[in-house]
Amino acid sequence: MTTQPPESFLELRDLRIHFPTEDGLVKSVDGLSYKLERGKTLGIVGESGSGKSVTSLGILGLHKGGNAKISGEIWLDGEELVSASADHVRTLRGKKMAMIFQDPLSSMHPFYSVGAQIVEAYRIHNRVSKAVARKHAIDMLGRVGIPQPDRRVDDYPHQFSGGMRQRAMIAMALSCDPELLIADEPTTALDVTVQAQILDLMTDLQREFNSALIIITHDLGVVAELSDDILVMYGGKCVEYGTAEDIFYRPEHPYTWGLLGSMPRLDREPTERLLPIKGTPPSLINVPSGCAFNPRCAFAGRTDGKATSQVPDLLETEGGHLVRCHMPRAERRSIWDNEIKPMLEST
Amino acid sequence: MTSHEDHDDRSGAEVLLSVQGLQKHFPVTKGLLRRQVGAVKAVDGVSFDVRKGETLGLVGESGCGKSTTGRLITRLLEPTGGKVVFEGHDITHMSASRIRPLRRDMQMIFQDPYSSLNPRHTVGAIVGAPFRIQGIKTEQGTKKAVQDILELVGLNPEHYNRYPHEFSGGQRQRIGIARTLALKPKLIIADEPVSALDVSIQAQVVNLLEDLQNELDLTYVIVAHDLSVIRHISDRVAVMYLGKIVELADRKSLYDTPMHPYTNALMSAVPIPDPARRKDRERIRLQGDVPSPLNPPSACRFHTRCWKAQEVCKTVEPPLVELAPRHQVACHFPENAPEPDRATPAATVSA
Ligand SMILES: Nc1ncnc2c1ncn2[C@@H]1O[C@H](COP(=O)(O)OP(=O)(O)OP(=O)(O)O)[C@@H](O)[C@H]1O
Ligand SMILES: Nc1ncnc2c1ncn2[C@@H]1O[C@H](COP(=O)(O)OP(=O)(O)OP(=O)(O)O)[C@@H](O)[C@H]1O
Ligand code: SF4
Ligand code: SF4
Ligand SMILES: [Mg+2]
Ligand SMILES: [Mg+2]
Repeated sequence: MTTQPPESFLELRDLRIHFPTEDGLVKSVDGLSYKLERGKTLGIVGESGSGKSVTSLGILGLHKGGNAKISGEIWLDGEELVSASADHVRTLRGKKMAMIFQDPLSSMHPFYSVGAQIVEAYRIHNRVSKAVARKHAIDMLGRVGIPQPDRRVDDYPHQFSGGMRQRAMIAMALSCDPELLIADEPTTALDVTVQAQILDLMTDLQREFNSALIIITHDLGVVAELSDDILVMYGGKCVEYGTAEDIFYRPEHPYTWGLLGSMPRLDREPTERLLPIKGTPPSLINVPSGCAFNPRCAFAGRTDGKATSQVPDLLETEGGHLVRCHMPRAERRSIWDNEIKPMLEST
Repeated sequence: MTSHEDHDDRSGAEVLLSVQGLQKHFPVTKGLLRRQVGAVKAVDGVSFDVRKGETLGLVGESGCGKSTTGRLITRLLEPTGGKVVFEGHDITHMSASRIRPLRRDMQMIFQDPYSSLNPRHTVGAIVGAPFRIQGIKTEQGTKKAVQDILELVGLNPEHYNRYPHEFSGGQRQRIGIARTLALKPKLIIADEPVSALDVSIQAQVVNLLEDLQNELDLTYVIVAHDLSVIRHISDRVAVMYLGKIVELADRKSLYDTPMHPYTNALMSAVPIPDPARRKDRERIRLQGDVPSPLNPPSACRFHTRCWKAQEVCKTVEPPLVELAPRHQVACHFPENAPEPDRATPAATVSA
């Protein structure tokens, strides 16, 4: 059933990941497609529960053997992974692709020293002696900014502070120079000064190894600093995709406008009021009919009733900028220019 | 506080809360006999005033003592030293029975909208609890009073008989806020009121706090680690580092001309949501993590990470002094200080 392998380093085609539960089918990821090249960074933002983590776990093959129903294609460097065996995908983890998980404590084993875990990860892909691997582990810990790495290498995860643990996780994920690195909220639990160190570190290492980077976060500042392209998710689907400039300077989806309006910014004079999105995130079991965003959208009335009856397609507006909304393009642009943008900038 | 111009200056208003030299040292014990081997100096000499109707923001990194300060003010914790004065009464060591009536006037909102509500109680029971605990009779009964409050915070009064798990995070935080409002408090201490919420929901709760302040003439102390949220919501801001206030100023002066090196580092570390800014950005890179409050660095506690540190910073503690109108800083070599050349360190002057 697979089609032609793509040119791109990573390409998702119509990926669907659904979970059967007692309450019904949870459509966590529902028709997601995107591409990513080596050396480039994709930022993924979206409401909590919109399917960001489930997508990434899917790429790593971590839903295999579970109850998830997966369809579509995931192409990584010429190989299709949805149809590949769990065993085969496991051999790709570490060197071909690696992930920094949302919660660093749960992804490090409490009973093994930090060093032992890096050594183990490294030796899966590199036929080297324990002593060489240990030297590599110390080297990696030093590079992620752990002080006195030759002494701390034998510490257990609980002996590290939150920031150090996150850095150790990154050292582990990077120990085999992965070609694709997925960082899921890598800095959410960290203080801003530590976050700044980690973000610098990730971009340095990406430059050095020319790896592809996917960064998932709710922090629009973090995506703006790191991303070449940005994908905005809502209710298991991509609602807007474009370059960082498209998303920040000429966004066309009402949900993206809502995200921008909800966020106080340090780089501008404070606005009088924030402009929140009304209501709450959708259920993924009873997804609102038509456009999933319609119950919360201030512009749902401007689409001739289509908002509640028809799922809008993800269509290109200009130069690779994709938007999923029934409103005509001219109207979206005029709303952004005349209604939304002035409000975000007003003081 | 929703009006963001300079006439916002509340310096003429009456002081509602005054905190003087507040300290909290948690003993660290060891062995079967629980011998004390040290102390975590979680809060170590914190002083500030909060005027009626104003919002004071407390920011700083994890573990700097923000929550502990909030808990000391509301007397959820017993201070080791210093004073808390509320409406002119010294409440620092007031007995539980004498403090009870004051509890009505001073309420706390907690960070976690999930664990701070009892899952087995209905919304009505949760929001109505303060009436029962304080033995207060309302004119048309507790139910009506509770439903009025639910409406005030943007919840449907018909939610009275529902349970917390039936609500989203943002709605649960509204329930928490409704509970604190039940007794018409004068002062609300909010500990990270929005940090557990989605960005879009955060904005709803921030706006709600602002509306309630205007409607009910509330005074807030808001604790948060997010500098953007704190700037949006506060009139004055205190920056804490390892149990001490290192800078305290009106919002505008703090964000436009931060003087303490730590404040500068914090602000420069915040990622800016503007792709054009990523190239030309010069960020102050702080080395390492915050040191342990068990063994804080001597004198200026920031000296182990400060790029301006000199010998004097390790030996003489810089006092918190007013270097510009309503702008206090604790640093020997401040940035953006009014005099172009501050050759003499502050401490040699005041020592
Ligand atoms: N194993 C599972 N079984 C059933 N539902 C699941 C499972 N894993 C995830 N989900 C659901 O899929 C949806 C998407 O989850 P996901 O973790 O991808 O969200 P997210 O976008 O990463 O959110 P956050 O920003 O909160 O991390 C959620 O509604 C979640 O409850
Ligand atoms: N009950 C306690 N016993 C011992 N130490 C404590 C206790 N409560 C807090 N501490 C310590 O006091 C210091 C200050 O803690 P506090 O919770 O006030 O920090 P915070 O500024 O609120 O941090 P965060 O941003 O992580 O919430 C920390 O080092 C903490 O570990
Ligand atoms: S399709 Fe309609 S409801 Fe959906 S985002 Fe566009 S305007 Fe809003
Ligand atoms: S007193 Fe010295 S070490 Fe402390 S912040 Fe100022 S310059 Fe830095
Ligand atoms: Mg997630
Ligand atoms: Mg706290």
